[in-house]
Amino acid sequence: MTVHNIRHGDASDGALSEAVGGRLSRVDGPAKITGAAKYAVEQRLEGLAYAVLVESTIASGKVRAIDTTAAEAAPGVLQVLTPDTIISLRTASDWFGTPPPDKPYCPLARDITFSGQHVAAVVAETFEQAVAAAALVKVSYDETPSIVDLSDAKAGDGIPIDAMTKEWGDAQAAFASAPVRICAAYNTPREYQAPMEPHGLIARWEDDQLTVWEPSQWLDGMARTYAEWFGVPFENVRLVSPYIGGGFGSKALALSHGAVAACAARMLGRPVRLVMTRPQTFTGYGGRAATRQTVAIGADANGKIQSIVHRGVNETSIDGMWVEPLGSVTSIMYATPTFSSKQNVVRVNSVVPGAMRAPGENPSAFGIESAIDELAYEVGIDPLEIRLRNYAEQDPHAKKAWSTRQLREAFATGAERFGWFRRTPEPRSMRDGNQLIGWGVAAGTYPVRRAYGEAIVRILADGSVEVESSSIDMGQGTYTILAQTAAETVGVRADDVVVKLGDSRFPRAGVTGGSRLAGVMTGAVYKAATSALDQLVGLAISDPRSPFHALQANTLVVANGRIGSPRGDGPDVSIAELLKSVGRDHIEATGDTMPANSTSDDRYKNYTTIAMALPHTEGDYSRHSWCAHFIEVRVDEDFGTVRVSRVVSALDSGRLYNPKLAESQWKGGIIMGIGQALLEEGIMDRRHGRIVNNNLADYLVPTNADIPDIEVISVGIPDLHSSVLGGKGVGELAIVGVAPAIANAVFHATGKRIRDLPITLEKLI
Amino acid sequence: MKDFSYLRAASVDAALQAAALPGAMLLAGGTTLIDLAKCGVTEPETLVDITHLKGLNSIEVGERGATIGALARMGHVADHGDIKSRFPAVSEALWQAASAQIRNMATIGGNLMQRTRCPYFRDPANFPACNKREPGSGCSAIGGVTRGHAVLGTSNACIAMYPGDLAVALVAFDAVVHLGLRQVPVDDFFLLPGTTPNREHAIEPGEMITAIEIPGSASARRSTYLKIRDRQSYEFAAASAAVGVEFEADGRTIRDLRVALGGVATKPWRARAAEDALKGKVLEPDAVRAASLLAVEGAVDHGANHYKIELAPRVVARAILKLGETA
Ligand SMILES: Cc1cc2nc3c(=O)[nH]c(=O)nc-3n(C[C@H](O)[C@H](O)[C@H](O)COP(=O)(O)OP(=O)(O)OC[C@H]3O[C@@H](n4cnc5c(N)ncnc54)[C@H](O)[C@@H]3O)c2cc1C
Ligand code: SF4
Repeated sequence: MTVHNIRHGDASDGALSEAVGGRLSRVDGPAKITGAAKYAVEQRLEGLAYAVLVESTIASGKVRAIDTTAAEAAPGVLQVLTPDTIISLRTASDWFGTPPPDKPYCPLARDITFSGQHVAAVVAETFEQAVAAAALVKVSYDETPSIVDLSDAKAGDGIPIDAMTKEWGDAQAAFASAPVRICAAYNTPREYQAPMEPHGLIARWEDDQLTVWEPSQWLDGMARTYAEWFGVPFENVRLVSPYIGGGFGSKALALSHGAVAACAARMLGRPVRLVMTRPQTFTGYGGRAATRQTVAIGADANGKIQSIVHRGVNETSIDGMWVEPLGSVTSIMYATPTFSSKQNVVRVNSVVPGAMRAPGENPSAFGIESAIDELAYEVGIDPLEIRLRNYAEQDPHAKKAWSTRQLREAFATGAERFGWFRRTPEPRSMRDGNQLIGWGVAAGTYPVRRAYGEAIVRILADGSVEVESSSIDMGQGTYTILAQTAAETVGVRADDVVVKLGDSRFPRAGVTGGSRLAGVMTGAVYKAATSALDQLVGLAISDPRSPFHALQANTLVVANGRIGSPRGDGPDVSIAELLKSVGRDHIEATGDTMPANSTSDDRYKNYTTIAMALPHTEGDYSRHSWCAHFIEVRVDEDFGTVRVSRVVSALDSGRLYNPKLAESQWKGGIIMGIGQALLEEGIMDRRHGRIVNNNLADYLVPTNADIPDIEVISVGIPDLHSSVLGGKGVGELAIVGVAPAIANAVFHATGKRIRDLPITLEKLI
Repeated sequence: MKDFSYLRAASVDAALQAAALPGAMLLAGGTTLIDLAKCGVTEPETLVDITHLKGLNSIEVGERGATIGALARMGHVADHGDIKSRFPAVSEALWQAASAQIRNMATIGGNLMQRTRCPYFRDPANFPACNKREPGSGCSAIGGVTRGHAVLGTSNACIAMYPGDLAVALVAFDAVVHLGLRQVPVDDFFLLPGTTPNREHAIEPGEMITAIEIPGSASARRSTYLKIRDRQSYEFAAASAAVGVEFEADGRTIRDLRVALGGVATKPWRARAAEDALKGKVLEPDAVRAASLLAVEGAVDHGANHYKIELAPRVVARAILKLGETA
C-alpha cells in the first residue's frame, strides 16, 4: 500500500487501521494509563533541590525591600534568590528571532507590573521546606495605581496596530446607506488554558551544558531562549519533554520561572526542580487576552451583506505585547463588497497574555458569528440560510481561490444530521416543561499554518522501525500518526514502529502550535521513510548477498515487514532476514521538508523561530480548515441555567491521518468551547488587580455532566496545497464557533442576546 | 504548609484529649483540612487522625429516625437504601455535593465542619484582612468580588457564604448533632457571623462530633434537595433548597412543610416564614411562589450576589411544586 493514492479523509479512509487514515488507538495510551509514562518533572535525579516562587501581592509599583533573614534561617534552605542575588542573564530574542536589546535580563522583578509577578525564590532540600521558607520571605512595596482591565477609566483607547487593519471599499459609507443595519459590542473575558499538568521543570548544569526537563510545545525554540539567556551555544542546551499533560498554547515558550530554576541550578551546582502551584498558573504566564469587539453589518432587505465595519481591542501587559487578531474570521467568513477592520491593544497591569487554542480566530468568530445571527433575525431569514446567501466563494480579503472549502458541505451535512429544518424560527417557541429549548448554528475556521520539519527513520536489524523527531505529543496523537506514517511508507505493522519524540537532540521540529504539526511531521517522516525504503529495496536488488540479487528486478514490494517481488514470484523474506543476509545492522535515512537549497542558518531559524512559517495565502491559494456547529441548549426559565443538550458539528480538516484521533481533538475543542461559552472567566478583584478564582474549584471548566453526546462528521477532502499528505489543521478548528453557536441558541431559546461571555445564570434570570 | 506531627488516636477519649491541646486538629477525610493547610489558612501543629476509630461509621435507620456516625463517608450515606427512602433530601444533598472522589473520602463529621469558600479567606498571602481568619483584621470581600457571598445572615464583619449541602437538609428536618453526650440542634450548631465570624460552630475545644441524628417524619419522607449552579456537577450552590412536605388526608392541603436554603446564607438557613405561610393551605402554584419570597426576607446583597435574592425563592417554589406533583 502506498500513500500516493490519496483517499477521502473520512472514517472509511484506510482499510487498515495501521495505515495513514486508519483509526489506530493512541500508541502512548497504555503507558499513560498505567502510570509508566514519566513526565518531565518526574525524573529522579541525584542531589535534586526544590525551588518555590514568591510572588508580588500588588499589581503596580516597586519592590522596596525584601527581607530574607527568616527564610534563610529556615530548615533545609539552600538559597534565597532575589533580584539582588540572582545571577544576571542576557535578554533573549523573541519568537520571531528579532535580535534582543543588549541589556541584562532578570527573571525576578523589582518593578511590579502585575499581581503574581515573581519577585523572589527559595531553594531548599525538600519541597516542603521550600514552601515553608517561601512564606517567610517578607517583601515590602511602594504601590502605584494600576490599570485593572479594558473597562478601567485609565485604560484609554490603546495603541493602534496598523498591521491588523484590513479594508476594501468604503465600508463606512456603505454601512450608512444600507437598508438594514445592525451594530453591537461583544466581549470575551480572560480565559485560562488550565492544563492538568502545571508548568514546571528540572534544570541541571554539567559545566556549560544545560539539560532541562520541561513540558514543551517547542523544544528547539525554548532551547534557543535558554541558550541566549545564559550566553551558551544552542548545542549546549538539551530540552527533554517526552510527554506533556496539556498545553493549549501555554507551553511553547521558555518563561521566567524556567529562568529562575536554571539560575538556581547554576548557582547551586545542583539540579533544581520548580513546579508552579495551581494559583501560579493563573499569573505565571498569560491566558487568553480579554477582548472587546464592535461589529456593524449593513445589508439589503434580503440579508445580502453590503458592508462590515469591525473594531477590536485586546488587552496586553504594561511591558509586553500581545495581539489577539480579532479581524481574522471577520475578514474571510462572508462575501462583502466593502469591509473595514481595525484593532487596538490596551496596556493593563496583567501578565502578558498568551496563545490559547485558536488565538484570534476564537474571539473573532464570537463577534462575527453572533452578529450574522442578529442580522438573520433582523431581516427574518433562517440563520443557516443567511450564511449560505453570503457564502464567500473565494477569500474576500486575499482575493484568492480557496485551496479547499467544504463549508457548504459542512452546513448541509450538519443541518441534515441535526434536523435543523424542524426548527421553529421564533425565539421562545420551543420548550419542554420549564426548559426553554434553543437551536443555534455558527461556523468556524482556522488557517493552515505551514512550516518545515525533519525526522530520522531507521530500519533496525530485527525488522522494526524507529522514528526520531524533536516534535512533541501533548495528547493530540503525534506518536500515533507518525507510527502510522512510517509503518505505511516502509511497509511494516504500526506495532513494529517505535516513535521517539520530545528530545532536542533528535532531528528538529518547529513549534507545535497553530495546528501545524501533523501536516509538517507526517511530511517529514514520509520523506525519511521513503528514502529508508529506497535504501532497503536498493540493497535487496543490488547486494550480491541478497536473495533477490539473481531476480534482476527493478523494484520490490515491502508489506507487513516482508519483502517480495511485485508479482509474488521469487523469494519472500522478512526485513530482518534481508538485513542479515546483506550484513547490515540498520538502515537510516533523514528526511526534511525544507526547500532544497536551505542553509544551516535557515534550518536554525526555521526550527527556533516562527519567522519562516509560510503564510496561509502564499502562492495562488488561501488555505483554511472549516466547520459548522449545530447546537441545542436547554435554558431553565426560572433559574437561567444553560445546558448544552445536543451538538452536531461537521468539519473540514482535509484528509485525516487518523480519524479517531482527529475526532477526539475536535470533541475536545467543542468541550473547551462549551466551557468558554458558559463557565470560563478570570474574575478580577478590581481593587487589587488580582484574579481571585485562581484554582480549579472556582475557575470552572466543564465536567462530564455538562457534556452531551457530541457528533462530529468529517466533510474534508485531501488538500495537497496545504500539506504533503493532504491534511489541514485539526486541533484548533473545532473550538472556533462553539461559543457563538451556543449564544445564538440561547437567544433562540430565551429571546435574550448575550454578548458578554460566559453566559452565566444571572445574565438570564 | 508548615511541619506538623501526626498522631493516630487509640480511642475517642484519647482523640479528645489530644485534640484539646493547642494547635491540635482532628483529621477525618482531610478534604477540607489538607486543602486549607495548603492555602496557609490552617496551620495545625498536631493532626489527630480519627478515621480508624471503631463504631463511628454506622448508619442506623429506624421508625424514629436515623443516626449517622461521624465517620460515615458522604458516599455511603448518599447511597444508603433507608436514607434514600426515608430522607430523600439528605441523600440528594449528598449526591449533589463535591465530586465522587471527595464523597468517597469525606466524612459526615468533617462535612459539617467545612469552611467557607470565600476566596479572600482562602488566600492569606494576598489578602491579610479577613475577620474570620484574623479577628479584627477587616473583611476583604466587602467591596470586592462578591458573586458567591451570602445575602442572608451577614454582618458588617463577614459576609461569607456557608457552602455545604448536607447541613441544609439537616436543618430542615431538625437534626441534632451529638458531641459525645452533649446534643445540639443543628440550627444552633451553626453560628451567625455577628462580630465573631471566627467562631462558626457551637463546639468547644476537646469536643468532637460523634454522630448526627435526624428525626423521622412524614415531611422528611416526602422531601427533595434542589441545587442550582452554572456547572451541572462539582460546584457549590448558587442557591439550593431542602424541602419536605406532609399533606392532609385530602392529598392537597399542607399539614407540615420544611424549607431550608443553601448557597445564600452565612449558615444553613431555615425559612420558617415561608413554611408558616403555606401550612394549612392548599398547595397551589401562585400561593407557593408568593410564600417562597418570604424565604429571603431581610436579604441584603453586595452587588454581584444580588441574583441570589431573585434565584433562591424560585428554587424553593420549584422544589415545593415538585413535591406536590408526586402527591
Ligand atoms: C473542590 C471541593 C468541592 C466541594 N464541593 C462541595 C459541595 O458541593 N457541597 C458540599 O457540601 N461540600 C463540598 N465540599 C466540601 C466537602 O464536602 C468537605 O471537604 C468534606 O465533607 C469534609 O470532610 P472530611 O472528612 O474530609 O473532613 P476533614 O478535612 O478531615 O476535616 C474538616 C474539619 O472538620 C474537623 N473534623 C473532622 N471530623 C470531625 C469530628 N468528628 N468532630 C469535630 N471536628 C471534626 C477537622 O478538624 C477539620 O477542621 C467540597 C470540597 C472540595 C475540596
Ligand atoms: S467575607 Fe468573611 S471570610 Fe470572607 S474575607 Fe470577609 S471576613 Fe473573611
